[in-house]
Amino acid sequence: MSKPFRNENMLWEETIPGGNHWSGLMRRGSALRLTDLGGGANCSALFYNAEDKLERYNLSDTLKAQHTAFLSAGNVVYSDMGRVLASVIDDGVGWHDSICGVTDAAMIEEKYGKATFQTHRNDMFRSGKDGLLIELAKHGLGKRDLTATVNFFSKVVPDNAGNLSFIADHSKLGSTVDIRFDMNVLFVISTAPHPLDTKTTYAPAGVKLSAYHAGDVARDDICRNSCLQNGRGFINTERYYL
Amino acid sequence: MITQVIVESKLDPKNAVLNQICHAGDPWMAEVKKGQIFRIVDTEGNQAVDTLFYSSANAEERYSAVDTIVRQRQLYLTTSSILYSSDGNAMLTIVADTCGRHDTLGGACSAESNTTRYDLAKRPMHSCRDSFMHALNTCPCASHMSKRDITGNINFFMNVPVTADGALVFADGISGAGKYVEMRAEMDVVVLISNCPQLNNPCNGYNPTPIQLLIWNSH
Repeated sequence: MSKPFRNENMLWEETIPGGNHWSGLMRRGSALRLTDLGGGANCSALFYNAEDKLERYNLSDTLKAQHTAFLSAGNVVYSDMGRVLASVIDDGVGWHDSICGVTDAAMIEEKYGKATFQTHRNDMFRSGKDGLLIELAKHGLGKRDLTATVNFFSKVVPDNAGNLSFIADHSKLGSTVDIRFDMNVLFVISTAPHPLDTKTTYAPAGVKLSAYHAGDVARDDICRNSCLQNGRGFINTERYYL
Repeated sequence: MITQVIVESKLDPKNAVLNQICHAGDPWMAEVKKGQIFRIVDTEGNQAVDTLFYSSANAEERYSAVDTIVRQRQLYLTTSSILYSSDGNAMLTIVADTCGRHDTLGGACSAESNTTRYDLAKRPMHSCRDSFMHALNTCPCASHMSKRDITGNINFFMNVPVTADGALVFADGISGAGKYVEMRAEMDVVVLISNCPQLNNPCNGYNPTPIQLLIWNSH
């Protein structure tokens, strides 16, 4: 049985300021609770198999297997090799965008103006793409490895004609989402604003990472059982570790 | 009910500088120079054409589905859609389209994803990702590329609507025999196509068929 978020299972905590970036190895069986520290946070995430980084998050395979265009509790994050990299095991937000990617420096400057380290020190305006590329470079990865992101806490909805609308302040202060890692995963994030965020000032919310021991994936796990496809995805994943 | 806008081309295939057939299940690769017009014809109807573009000058700059979606705030592709690169540059512009809607979320089928989507026993079936891998290891123009370069593609002629509540639907095709999509290259690009062999869902009408590829010089 997957263990819940409790003090006795806690491993460590770290706060990522808004606009910042982070990467780390999350081992199979560990989990991260992401907490929105300001309301309206955005946490753009990438996932790689830490032992074979050519295997990575595949947006289309994730959406197709689960017949969804967004992620919430019960959904998993698929690699391009048909395995489950991570699972959304608990979710107080209800919708995490997967289709909009991240901002680049030109988009940030056009929307918010320019704030460099020279003039603003660590309050400089950072883009999602630059933050992710900085973290990727620490692991020998680069632009060719920058896939689509999961944008935790953000919601974008289409109309019938495919026009997209950003739902402002979708995530409230203190909202959480719990991600269990089902492989040894290089997890890379940026807390820069969502590219369709409607705010006109650069003030992205921080995100707290709370790592805990989640344990094995139970037979009655909500992510394993949310659809037959995920059941097969977990079989592929378990075979990899035999 | 969605009304598709149909825009026809005035170009005559007799004047094309390239006119080739790519059979179902085959990869296809070619360069389209800035200003040239590139047409894909769905010769028999309801055929998904999984397509990637790379800057000829630097394959690190490539078609980006999320940039294309977010920069136009629009999920589907049709006439006047710009196909954006990972660096935020216009790679191609769709200038004619007799189908009216193309997908860029559904990606390419693969042996591995077939095991999760359909059955573990479906792994041996031919797939777009295997065609991409074959092209990478056999086409001279891909000698500098690897699996790292296979990103989210366009599925020309494929209909994958997203509902307002976020469901992804593999709907029946809206294409038909002879429908085509035509685009103008805004930079020199390499095109990598897998003419989709998927037999497990209606994306090819359960009967994958040939496509025709044409290129015209700028006029």
